[in-house]
Amino acid sequence: MSTTYQKPTERGYYGQFGGAFIPEMLYPNVEELRQNYLDIMAEPAFQEEYQQLLRDYVGRPTPLFEAKRLSEKYNTRVFLKREDLCHTGAHKVNNTVGQILLAKRLGKTRIIAETGAGQHGVATATVCALMGMQCIVYMGEIDMERQKPNVYRMRLLGAEVRAAMSGSRTLKDATNEAIRDWISNPVDTHYIIGSVVGPHPYPDLVARLQAVISEEMRKQLLEKTGSELPQYVVACVGGGSNAAGAFYHFLEEPSVKLVAVEAAGHGVNSGHSAATSVLGKPGIIHGSRTLLMQDEDGQITEPYSLSAGLDYPGIGPLHAFLADSGRARFISIEDEPALKAVAECSRLEGIIPALETAHALAALGQLGAGPDDVVVVNLSGRGDKDLETYIKYADAIM
Amino acid sequence: MQNRIQQAFQKKGKDLLNIYFTAGYPTLDATVPLIKAISAAGADLIEIGMPFSDPLADGPVIQQSSTVALANGMNMRVLFRQLEGIRQEVTDTPILLMGYLNPVMQFGVENFCREAAAAGVDGIILPDLPLDDYVAEYQETFRKYNLRPVFLITPQTAPERIRRIDELTDSFLYLVSGPGTTGGQNTQAEGVQEAYFQRIEAMNLRNPRLIGFGIGDKASFQNACQHAEGAIIGSALIRALEGVEDAPAAATRFISSVLK
Repeated sequence: MSTTYQKPTERGYYGQFGGAFIPEMLYPNVEELRQNYLDIMAEPAFQEEYQQLLRDYVGRPTPLFEAKRLSEKYNTRVFLKREDLCHTGAHKVNNTVGQILLAKRLGKTRIIAETGAGQHGVATATVCALMGMQCIVYMGEIDMERQKPNVYRMRLLGAEVRAAMSGSRTLKDATNEAIRDWISNPVDTHYIIGSVVGPHPYPDLVARLQAVISEEMRKQLLEKTGSELPQYVVACVGGGSNAAGAFYHFLEEPSVKLVAVEAAGHGVNSGHSAATSVLGKPGIIHGSRTLLMQDEDGQITEPYSLSAGLDYPGIGPLHAFLADSGRARFISIEDEPALKAVAECSRLEGIIPALETAHALAALGQLGAGPDDVVVVNLSGRGDKDLETYIKYADAIM
Repeated sequence: MQNRIQQAFQKKGKDLLNIYFTAGYPTLDATVPLIKAISAAGADLIEIGMPFSDPLADGPVIQQSSTVALANGMNMRVLFRQLEGIRQEVTDTPILLMGYLNPVMQFGVENFCREAAAAGVDGIILPDLPLDDYVAEYQETFRKYNLRPVFLITPQTAPERIRRIDELTDSFLYLVSGPGTTGGQNTQAEGVQEAYFQRIEAMNLRNPRLIGFGIGDKASFQNACQHAEGAIIGSALIRALEGVEDAPAAATRFISSVLK
């Protein structure tokens, strides 16, 4: 059993969740990564380059903004961690900057990635351009259609976007295709996974690279509220990378309530949902034992959310452990309240959030937070990529 | 205790043909007629694919056959019901089940092994079952039911890991021919594949070897047999079954074309 929430066991387990369930073809690559990632990340030269890129390229630290009008509306102190102000418009780049440096040190020359909403794909294409590396991004055909601007951004950045045509043609299938690519290119390729999913060490690697979010939050909260610890930290969860980063340095602080917000789609029990913590059972997806949506025969079922970034039938093993142990509270938000939260944040704070992020904002009314409580919402991404969706659903939003 | 896999290798020694097909493809009830036809046509081992929604190690052909099989209603309970009585008709040909871990986990390992053994299955291939997990959680149950695990070896598998795999089973070693998923073409530079096969051969392992992935016709089968005790054909057979009226007849024709 894992004794802390932060650190998995040597074999990558958080409680009963995690591990590395991969075919032999992937074993040497994943093992190489497992044996080297902690040492490489601890190297002073790596840290120096990583920190410099976070500062000068990504634009960190990102502000912690006290959202006064949202605070007034929900009668509590709401702070927004402005990951939407990162270069490329979302938190995803924190991870890709770290992984591209890792890939270089492992001697890899070719980068592959999966993407749902396209934010991770853009963040990967961006760092590949920066480092002069070949970049191939797998994206579900459906997602390519609903997140067109990001497809063009990736191409403009020099990446090749390959459509995943199998299954539901969304994030799960894009991940399958990326894994198959890695099987076919075992020597020169590094797979930059975008979330805290996949075989060990990926969940730990990505959580560590996103942990900068909560590291900064603690310093900024001390400055703005007199305490490093808020009462609540709220983040949306698809695979769970922004939530892992926002929770990381609060995981071992029991006074901080962690709230993970999943996409309920048309409703948790509608058959069109991505609320994995409610609908999932322990099983294996993409090399990890975690909670996942599946039928009674163990076939993985198709999730649904209007939001391409939350449309995933599993959650990272850390989050499965947080749900199972009760350390985090999981809330499900349907499409429509998420769309309403887009308008609310836009009009009250002048910030247009990504549809994924809007799920976290929509949970503000359900927290039970008091007037003196400090609530930090991780504003994981900006809404530009979703404009077409927002226009289409203007009636629901306004 | 010996099982049919070892007996098949002892009896023939070389040029063994292992044919893979997906259970429930092209039609739900094709499973048993295909087993009979494949055995009668001269295959030495039969590998039945248990379809999974997300088969990571498989290329487009087996993915597609899995999707069709699932849509046809195939699942573990149906498969085990179909296999009842198969050993009255196909007595000696070893039968292996190949699939992914999640459906087996949901069915329950003990249930799965008991049903498989009752149906007369001899070996199990679960590519995403890690060796350590096999030893810790599965080995005892497999032994209890005299089921043999088959593990994959690739050109990147380290020698000490190959030795460990060789110690963990008494069946055969599944040599993946090169980088890629099932049904792909060999794109390696000339000599690279041969050097890999020769390196494995020179290790003098306990278990015989079958080469799979990208073997699909008489020429590639015969070439593989130069470097191992035999080979495995899957995607090429599935392709031969696509859209045909009489799947067993198509399987028979395909196998004859490989063995003639």
